[in-house]
Amino acid sequence: MISIFAWIVQILFVPVFSPLLVGITKKIKAKFQNRQGASIFQPYRDLWKLLHKDEIVSHDASWIFKFSPYIILSLTIIVGASIPLLSLATKNNYLGDFLVLIYMLALGTFFLALSGMDTGGGFGGFGSSREMTVAALTEGGLICSLLTLALASRTTNLFGIVNFGLGFHLQYLPAIILAFFSFCISLLAETARFPFDNPATHLELTMIHEVMLLEHSGKGLAMMEWAAANKFLIFLTLAVNLFFPFGIAVSLSLGSLILAALVLVVKVLLLCVGIAALESFTAKFRFFRLPDLLFTSFVISAIAIGLIF
Amino acid sequence: MFNYLLTSVGLLISIGLFLVGAVGALLFNKNNKLANWWGNVAAIFGSLVALIFSGSILVSKVPQTVTLLNGSQFFNTTLRVDLLSAFFIFIISLLGLLCSVYGLGYVKHYYNKYNLGVLGFFYNLFIVSMILVVSATNALSFLIVWELMSLTSYFLVIYEHREEENIKAGFLYFIMTHIGTAFIILSFLLLYRETGSLDFEIIKNNLANTSGLIQNIIFISALVGFGTKAGIIPFHIWLPKAHPAAPSHVSALMSGVMIKTGIYMLVRIAFDILPSTPLWWGVIVLIIGAVSSLLGVLYALSEHDFKRLLAYHSIENIGIILLGMGSALIFLSLGMKSLAALGLLAALYHTINHAVFKALLFLGAGAVISKTHTRNIEDYGGLIKYMPRTAFFFLIGSMAISALPPFNGFVSEWLTFQSMFNGVAALSSLTKLLFILAIGALAFTSGLAVMCFVKVFGATFLARPRSAHVKEASEVSLSMQFSMAVLSVVALALGLSAGWAASMFASIAVSLKNLNNFVPAISSTFKLVNANDLAIMSMPVAFGAIIVVTSIVGSLIYIVTRKQKVTHNITWDCGTNLTPRMEITATGFSRSIITIFNGILRPTQQTGVEYRDAHLRYFPKNSSIHFGLKDIYSIFFYKPIQELFLKVSEKIKKIQSGNINFYIMYIFLVLIGLLLIFVM
Repeated sequence: MISIFAWIVQILFVPVFSPLLVGITKKIKAKFQNRQGASIFQPYRDLWKLLHKDEIVSHDASWIFKFSPYIILSLTIIVGASIPLLSLATKNNYLGDFLVLIYMLALGTFFLALSGMDTGGGFGGFGSSREMTVAALTEGGLICSLLTLALASRTTNLFGIVNFGLGFHLQYLPAIILAFFSFCISLLAETARFPFDNPATHLELTMIHEVMLLEHSGKGLAMMEWAAANKFLIFLTLAVNLFFPFGIAVSLSLGSLILAALVLVVKVLLLCVGIAALESFTAKFRFFRLPDLLFTSFVISAIAIGLIF
Repeated sequence: MFNYLLTSVGLLISIGLFLVGAVGALLFNKNNKLANWWGNVAAIFGSLVALIFSGSILVSKVPQTVTLLNGSQFFNTTLRVDLLSAFFIFIISLLGLLCSVYGLGYVKHYYNKYNLGVLGFFYNLFIVSMILVVSATNALSFLIVWELMSLTSYFLVIYEHREEENIKAGFLYFIMTHIGTAFIILSFLLLYRETGSLDFEIIKNNLANTSGLIQNIIFISALVGFGTKAGIIPFHIWLPKAHPAAPSHVSALMSGVMIKTGIYMLVRIAFDILPSTPLWWGVIVLIIGAVSSLLGVLYALSEHDFKRLLAYHSIENIGIILLGMGSALIFLSLGMKSLAALGLLAALYHTINHAVFKALLFLGAGAVISKTHTRNIEDYGGLIKYMPRTAFFFLIGSMAISALPPFNGFVSEWLTFQSMFNGVAALSSLTKLLFILAIGALAFTSGLAVMCFVKVFGATFLARPRSAHVKEASEVSLSMQFSMAVLSVVALALGLSAGWAASMFASIAVSLKNLNNFVPAISSTFKLVNANDLAIMSMPVAFGAIIVVTSIVGSLIYIVTRKQKVTHNITWDCGTNLTPRMEITATGFSRSIITIFNGILRPTQQTGVEYRDAHLRYFPKNSSIHFGLKDIYSIFFYKPIQELFLKVSEKIKKIQSGNINFYIMYIFLVLIGLLLIFVM
């Protein structure tokens, strides 16, 4: 009974709470800017509103454009269900490998970029080009930062990594902290946050992620926004749970699950404040300075791997 | 009758069918249609028989030997098909079969333009020579069929001989492949010197006392020789020129399997023939793999010729295969044989995967080119509306080569990653650092490959047509669609059956002498692949999850939004008519990555302006910009070598005075020298 409950939570956690996370991030940013800001539940209302609007599809679009939102949203739900969230009991050996996770998300990025090019608009294609440039260069840092953990714990399974991390290993701490920094750079790139991209703007010449959604409307836009929120929550959860796994339920009881949920919320919120602060106090980088940051991420994680022995 | 095909007779029947196809096509060359059907149908049946034959060996795991004529140990015609050969024959005949079916429809556009009999002749000989290359047992007969393969492919490259560029490409290929062969001959001669035999089986068993230096020379010259055929950087310069010149189904075979014969012999020599493996062999192969994969994909990104772009991806994928092979060699030299088996298994898996999706992509490219009559990606656009099925198959090929799950490319890249992860985990100091860099190279490579195929697919099939050619395009013939469909299914099947395929390829890897039946560091069931207990994953579940979740999401969204309208209209036109000039081009798409990597790629640009009045330079008529890359290989590698040769020749020229007295003196001096050597 409790295991069924744990699995339902595992599967629904990411899609249900991701809009909330976006709402909270926006709220924190508003506070930093001395604004009142919208309610933290506004993203849910936005999704509901978009789902009840008519959709306009460009004449030039093909089935790729219409199909992309479905596959992108589904992939984020699948990945969200196979990462360590609250308990180790929902481990799965099938999709829990970190390379599977990265490449499943890459499949989503592939369709996202194609749908940006599909309508032949002036903006979409450039967004796709920039998105793929950033995504391609992020891969090295992303894989190597997770590899640091995998080498310490001798498994590439995310649940195995968490299980290992729960026993505190002081000798790996410097490597883990370095890898965490590297992962955070990849996180910002993958989730289209500052200094890579500005999530708050449309119609800016340097935008990356938002510009690919420009042609979507109605349900297509709702799914794309939802998928982006899912991805944001997935990456934040990975950052806090893989690198600082304390609090995750080992045994399966209602009490431990609730405790794990509370700890997770606190950890994610802390990171969320960090990101909101970063977005409020720094400026976006020039596009051609982004590769430096991404290569730095790769080099940091390579050093981190060197510290594991 | 059927049982015959499973014995060594099957191989002979298959070879016979190809020869009948070759000769018949040449005889009927006056009749386009007959020559086409005769050549391709014979190749279809020949491939089918070889497919059944090699498949049965892979299943039964019993090597087969067939002797055509009794020969000496210097030359014999014995064909031996062990597991490794059977694996390569399987790939060759699978692609041979599908490319021939495709060819039935594809070569129609050559009717009355080029001689189809000649095409059928060289095409059949080309396939059969590849089969013979991977089953030859004697160095001399190997060189003969190797040369046959090089020559037939050369004639296929220059088949469209009325285009100047193809002749040039063919010439470069001819030169490069023979430089490669020279190195191969050197390594075979050294093997002969050490063992007194040209028979691979005898050589294999008599090399134990060979000095390390000789073994190193043998390995290096084999690496250069077979690497030239495989297209490793910097010996790759022929590949992006020659592959696009050939007819598309031949390009598919060349990129899919011909360059793999180089990989076959490298595996054979490094894992089966040479007895010991120093660490630095693996290090060199790993470095070559990392460099080839990363540079291959970067050059592909900057390329706008459809087929040349795919050719650069072949270099990238050969690099990925070498990453697996290099890590296997490193493990082998350190005595970690079960990890070596894992690395070699990853390399073999990627070999068949690359053959499948690269053939699919080349066939798709051929379909597009046959309808639009241009290879320039910038002239396409919007083809998904004119050729929907080709577009779908090409999309599957793009996902497979970009290593996206649940297709086959992902599985072999995953295995390659895992074997290199083991390298980082098990080794220390410099080798560890090398593995970290190789992992980084593979990670960036796969990211850039996704980018490149977004570019190719987007620029070719999506948005609005950018030239009039596209609007005249229509779906290709059924035989061409059939081949692409089968290859798409195989690409998916090789991904889903990862567990089964991995154990199959592992048994091939451990059948080689140096890995003598060690248990590979992998265990797998149909559902799961488990590499060295470090990693575990399941492709059928990934595929199932994608299908199930997408359908649930789709139905839920449908229920919520069923009352909402979907209108098709013009969007974001900003009050003007949308034209193809507004959409992004392939050049624009890859420009940012070229700018980022400008230290490596060395982009060039030339601008030109033409004025209406040459004296009064106020009114420009048109201006042009030409983007390109500096050819750093000819500038820094081939040109200096050429200059060195010229300089040395210039020096030697001085002894050629033209005076007969001098020449007589030279003869006299040589005679005295020889006498001195022999007397002393």
